[in-house]
Amino acid sequence: MPYVANTSTDEREMLAAIGIDSLDELFAMVPADLRLRRPLDLPPALTELELTQHMHRLAGRDLPAGQANCFLGGGSYDHFIPAVVDALAARGEFYTSYTPYQPEASQGNLQVFFEYQTLITRLTGMDVSNASLYDGASATTEAVLMALAATRRRRVVTFKSVHPEYRQTLETYFDNLDAELVTLAAPAGSADLATLSAAIDDQTACVLLQQPNFFGAVEDAAAIAELAHAAGAVLIVVVDPLSLGVLARPGDYGADIVAAEGQSLGSPLAFGGPYLGILACREAFVRRMPGRITGQTQDRDGRRCWVLTLQTREQHIRREKATSNICTNQGLLALRATIYLAALGPAGLREVGELCLQKSHYALQRLTSQSPFAPAFARPFFKEFVVRSRDADVESLLQDAAEAGVFAGVPLGGWYPELSDCFLVAVTEKRTREEIDTWATLLHTIATSAEPAHA
Amino acid sequence: MRNRQATSTLFELSRPGRRAARLPACDVPVQPLADLLPARLLAAAPPDLPELFEGDVVRHFTNLSTENMSVDTHFYPLGSCTMKYNPKRNERLASLPGFVDVHPYQPVSTMQGLLQLLYELQGLLAEISGLDAVSLQPAAGAHGELAALMVAAAYFRDRGEQRTEVLIPDSAHGTNPASAVMAGFKAVTVKSTPEGFVDLADLRSKLSPATAVFMITNPNTLGMFDGQIAEIARWVHDAGGLIYLDGANMNAILGIARPGDFGADMMHFNPHKTFSGPHGGGGPGAGPIAVRDRLAPYLPAPVVGLAADKYFLDADRPKSIGRVRSFFGNTGVLVRAYAYIRTHGPAGLRRVSETAVLNANYLLSRVQQLLPVPQGPRCMHEFVASASAVKAERGITATDIAKRLLDYGFHPPTIYFPLTVREAMMIEPTETESKETLDAFAAALAQILGEPADEVRAAPASTPISRPDEVRAAREPVLASPSSTGA
Repeated sequence: MPYVANTSTDEREMLAAIGIDSLDELFAMVPADLRLRRPLDLPPALTELELTQHMHRLAGRDLPAGQANCFLGGGSYDHFIPAVVDALAARGEFYTSYTPYQPEASQGNLQVFFEYQTLITRLTGMDVSNASLYDGASATTEAVLMALAATRRRRVVTFKSVHPEYRQTLETYFDNLDAELVTLAAPAGSADLATLSAAIDDQTACVLLQQPNFFGAVEDAAAIAELAHAAGAVLIVVVDPLSLGVLARPGDYGADIVAAEGQSLGSPLAFGGPYLGILACREAFVRRMPGRITGQTQDRDGRRCWVLTLQTREQHIRREKATSNICTNQGLLALRATIYLAALGPAGLREVGELCLQKSHYALQRLTSQSPFAPAFARPFFKEFVVRSRDADVESLLQDAAEAGVFAGVPLGGWYPELSDCFLVAVTEKRTREEIDTWATLLHTIATSAEPAHA
Repeated sequence: MRNRQATSTLFELSRPGRRAARLPACDVPVQPLADLLPARLLAAAPPDLPELFEGDVVRHFTNLSTENMSVDTHFYPLGSCTMKYNPKRNERLASLPGFVDVHPYQPVSTMQGLLQLLYELQGLLAEISGLDAVSLQPAAGAHGELAALMVAAAYFRDRGEQRTEVLIPDSAHGTNPASAVMAGFKAVTVKSTPEGFVDLADLRSKLSPATAVFMITNPNTLGMFDGQIAEIARWVHDAGGLIYLDGANMNAILGIARPGDFGADMMHFNPHKTFSGPHGGGGPGAGPIAVRDRLAPYLPAPVVGLAADKYFLDADRPKSIGRVRSFFGNTGVLVRAYAYIRTHGPAGLRRVSETAVLNANYLLSRVQQLLPVPQGPRCMHEFVASASAVKAERGITATDIAKRLLDYGFHPPTIYFPLTVREAMMIEPTETESKETLDAFAAALAQILGEPADEVRAAPASTPISRPDEVRAAREPVLASPSSTGA
């Protein structure tokens, strides 16, 4: 039943103060013929105990990644989350507050956002970060919209090695805008410089690159930056922020705008959301940036403090002329990323990256040292790679592995028909050698079994 | 108790050599980095992050949290934001591994429980809205608006109709016109009457064969139900257009009236408002949308389907606008919304709205003795008072009153919105506040209005900071802490 404090005595007194006799009269301004004349057709109310039992029953039907042996990636990763992240983010003063419209009563959130922005600029090598967007795909889309507005050009060049769901999101937005998306093939699992060179010209607003790309491979980003800049185009790089303890910062190889999915920084898998859209850029683009931005200032007594700033970009002031329709940020997820990075520090982030790098290379070698598996591509990679299965049917191979408690990889055929014999594997710092060996052995067993379990 | 020493940033607290998290040693054979990655792609230096001891991390963020007002600690009548109590049971249930530890790409056979919940939620939202089909994908209310307008655009394209305009009342949230433009439409403003109702003559003059959608917030941003809606819907439908309902104010009409029954063709829900999802310091929200049957084929994909007793992700929707984000949606927020709706049932949800409207009208009856409420003596779940007379007579603005309320331990109302009321103070108490709290708020407001103007203009006096210099923040932007390495 509802969370309501009013007693019947309270209600009577309140109705009397209003000057009406019944709750029904409260709704006098809703015309009678527009009112619902029956109860909503919903299941009956549950007490906390019944609800808990019901939800446990539902949740109990699932196999959580943490109880499986999880090698799934593709933009959502099973990284370890230190207890301090959950403990601190669960404080009600953080999660039951809202957008800091009143800075005097929101310095906690505002300082967190300022620290978050600082951490993101330092990780990416950009000048400015906003206080977060919805997720990696929407952050990428907003980055592209910034580039279109900044260059007043209408063509966007990207690659099939960029996350297919990010490209699908862009296509959805582009269906209604005067802009064109050119998607170049990535036949060797990465961008091809010659193809790119032929595809960009003085109408290209931006080049959109993912680093490491959707297949896990590390792209030749500096060369791509040079090609983009030579044509006067903006370079947008989508990164995995967790890789930046090991890999070069996008700002150091020429990125102008960086977008990212921040889930890997301390947020749970949560079936894809809520996640953290990271967006950072060079100084020149700041007035075109969407979303909340926190700035430092002073109060009347000269004390350092923080406020939301540069708000003339935003919809509540500019309405149809705003840089975007975005209103809220993902405050709680930005908080989690800030705590995560504070807990890891420079050494921790580097170690996580190195563990991912070493373990993923061990896993690839372990799996592909024997037929029927082979690496699909030869590019250097960070924590993900694509495996080709020479004869086993990938979908049923992965389904059988799941039934044995191993989430062995993500099938690629749905997005890439030409890769229907391939799957994407992610190896995080959480996977032990024993788990990797189990995974490799299981896949071999299933693939070479005379009577596959799915037959 | 607040720790007044604790205002250093993470970067100021950092000391070389300190650390919190430690990682296990590598248990696979270690290869030299240079063998795995080309040198030019490697980080030139360790990331420039602060170095902290774990106890300091905990103290830092704990102390920062105490500098926030929140629903857990304060009355938070922020109009239009529905800052109701966020049930603790929902937090615990949403964190069950079977919900929170599910990878978006794990086989659907291993997540039947979660998919059942999401499938049922689609049905619950359809019933509450009086509409037919639901997409849970959009990440926030504004994102839902955008997705629904894209659905409308696809629908008209499919029918070969050239409709280019979205009509929006001047009292609407700023996201409405901004979303219309992002969906490729021209935003056309429709005037409101002083009660915030749609100016019918102005609407009529702007309806045309170019009208694609009329967006309406009902109850509107003054907390008034626009009873003209049936007539408006008739006109818009006669002109070939669609009605979009901004569901920000659904907390007023749960089980009382359904948007689908009063003419809406599409709407979004704000589960973080209506269905008690915590606001998280600015998010995450979610923005599920509900539409009529004829618009259903265009909804974002995937939606959850059920066939032969198995739940599945239905992405085979040829007319779908496609995706508006990655993965399924803001599942964590949706699980909480499901728990909330199941806690209430049909009678409980109706009681939520009855009480939200009772509390708002009661507070209105108290506040109108202190400040003019231009819309009149009645409201739905919220109302808008005006400080313009106090400003003219005594030089006290809505901002001044808001700041002084902080000293009395109340989060202020939304101020300066809607734009149609001068010195607006938009007050939404929600159903989860007691009569004593409402009385105390009204008493504080009365006391503030009796204080010397200088004292009110000097407020707040009790918060961690006094009023910040926002002009300086915008003129000389400092958007990140200076780098320790000077890089």
